[in-house]
Amino acid sequence: MSVLVIAEHDNSQVSPGTLNTVTAASKIGGDVHILVAGSACADVASQCAKIAGVSKVLCADDDSYKNEITENVAALVKTQVGDYGHVMAPASTFGKALIPYVAAQCDVQAISDISDIVSDDTFVRPIYAGNALETVQSADAVKMMTVRTTAFELADAESGSAEVTNIDQAGATDWVQFVAQNLSQSERPELTSARIVVSGGRGMQNGENFAMLEKLADNLGGAVGASRAAVDAGFVPNDYQVGQTGKVVAPDVYLAIGISGAIQHLAGMKDSKVIVAINNDEEAPIFQVSDYGWNEDLFTAVPALQAELEK
Amino acid sequence: MKILVPVKRVIDANIRVRVKADNTGVETANVKMAMNPFCEIAVEEALRLKEAGHAEEVIIVSAGPEKAAETIRTGLAMGADRGVHVQTDDRLEPLTIAKIIKAVSDKEGCDLVVLGKQSIDDDNNQTGQMLAALMERPLGSYISKIEKNDNGFAITREIDAGLEDLQISSPAVVTADLRLNEPRYASLPNIMKAKKKPIDAMSPADLGVEVSNRLTVVKVDEPPAREAGVMVSGAEELVDKLKNDAKVI
Repeated sequence: MSVLVIAEHDNSQVSPGTLNTVTAASKIGGDVHILVAGSACADVASQCAKIAGVSKVLCADDDSYKNEITENVAALVKTQVGDYGHVMAPASTFGKALIPYVAAQCDVQAISDISDIVSDDTFVRPIYAGNALETVQSADAVKMMTVRTTAFELADAESGSAEVTNIDQAGATDWVQFVAQNLSQSERPELTSARIVVSGGRGMQNGENFAMLEKLADNLGGAVGASRAAVDAGFVPNDYQVGQTGKVVAPDVYLAIGISGAIQHLAGMKDSKVIVAINNDEEAPIFQVSDYGWNEDLFTAVPALQAELEK
Repeated sequence: MKILVPVKRVIDANIRVRVKADNTGVETANVKMAMNPFCEIAVEEALRLKEAGHAEEVIIVSAGPEKAAETIRTGLAMGADRGVHVQTDDRLEPLTIAKIIKAVSDKEGCDLVVLGKQSIDDDNNQTGQMLAALMERPLGSYISKIEKNDNGFAITREIDAGLEDLQISSPAVVTADLRLNEPRYASLPNIMKAKKKPIDAMSPADLGVEVSNRLTVVKVDEPPAREAGVMVSGAEELVDKLKNDAKVI
């Protein structure tokens, strides 16, 4: 049996999360194939062909796949499920919308956000904001799942040599019309795959103060994130949010600045290798999970840290 | 337009859950329960659409044991018109729940189903997507804005890279993200009024839905705990530790 990975991409670049998903797919055993649904996406297909462990790339190049509309991609995936034993996608907003949709069409109970693979039918996944780990065994003939990308290494993106097969477009709907995207433009690394993340919380007081964190992140080559409180308050856009219902990150270093450490936030960052917390409240729960805690006002600490790094 | 809002009864978001000693699940006995926060947002949005004159009726549905009726009552106290309680003590997976909601929506003739994007217990984030697929209706997932217009609904979705605007036709299924709205609190008079609002009770079998689980929960474990670290007193010490002890910068 083979595993089908659904590639996530922007029509020019395959996402790092797809590389993590290939690693998860390789752990199941059997061939790993990748499906690329996009528009003018030949570059993405060639990138996928070079991912280590991938033996076949299926590419459907059609205008209806340009914006990753769930219904359209699902219609294509459904035609390809065939003999695959497993269908996987990264647990991003793309994968989390797509996989349950396809699963329901195929009368399969999907498995969300797997963080470990016990066997070809048994998987581990976090529940209750990561406060418990559930091991589930699936009785479905095809297992469909999203993959917690931080739990699996990136597959090598250069050493593979798979063949690319073009496949036909299948059944797009006219229910959903794409209107526009307002994407955050940034030269910084992408939040979920950055090696260093500098995150701010309610303690930042306003959006302008995030400039301090951006400077710090630029100095360290990192990305900027935020707690839900900071996003709800309008300091930064929604795509900065780290937590149970936002993004899950596991960088080498996570700096939590002015973040108290609600369990919903911890759910999105507690697998980071090293956690640094700066907070003026010595009782803040974030200190219970941090490797290095600094009980100091952030408006004193951040400039001091910046100066020290510039030395 | 009739709007259906499925809601789930979960352990209160402020409670720290504990894994049972026998690893069969988490402790739910004598634990405070509440409506799933994302479901509250869904109820609120349905009420706002009704208050703006786009809907005549908001119906709350929940599938679960007897006590799920309390959660339906919470939605009625917020202002919904009536409830449907699909009673069962069985463990329900999202696919089964989606089949139940579809059956209720078909029976009631609902034009819009508004759900929370995920429940904070199982963190599945599946039911809305499955429902849209089963109903063959357009899906608006993770929405932070919805407006009724002549062609259906204009929605804004929160996606990993930012925001996305879509136009979807009606009837539709949408799932609420955090910033769609801030749910109201039920006032005391509305809580009293809600006690008189009707809740229809039925079983999954009455709706023609068979409860057949595909997943077996093998075990539930505590996650590995992080060890408490050290406190530093200044920038120099912190940078030194990151460079020389942790070797990460």
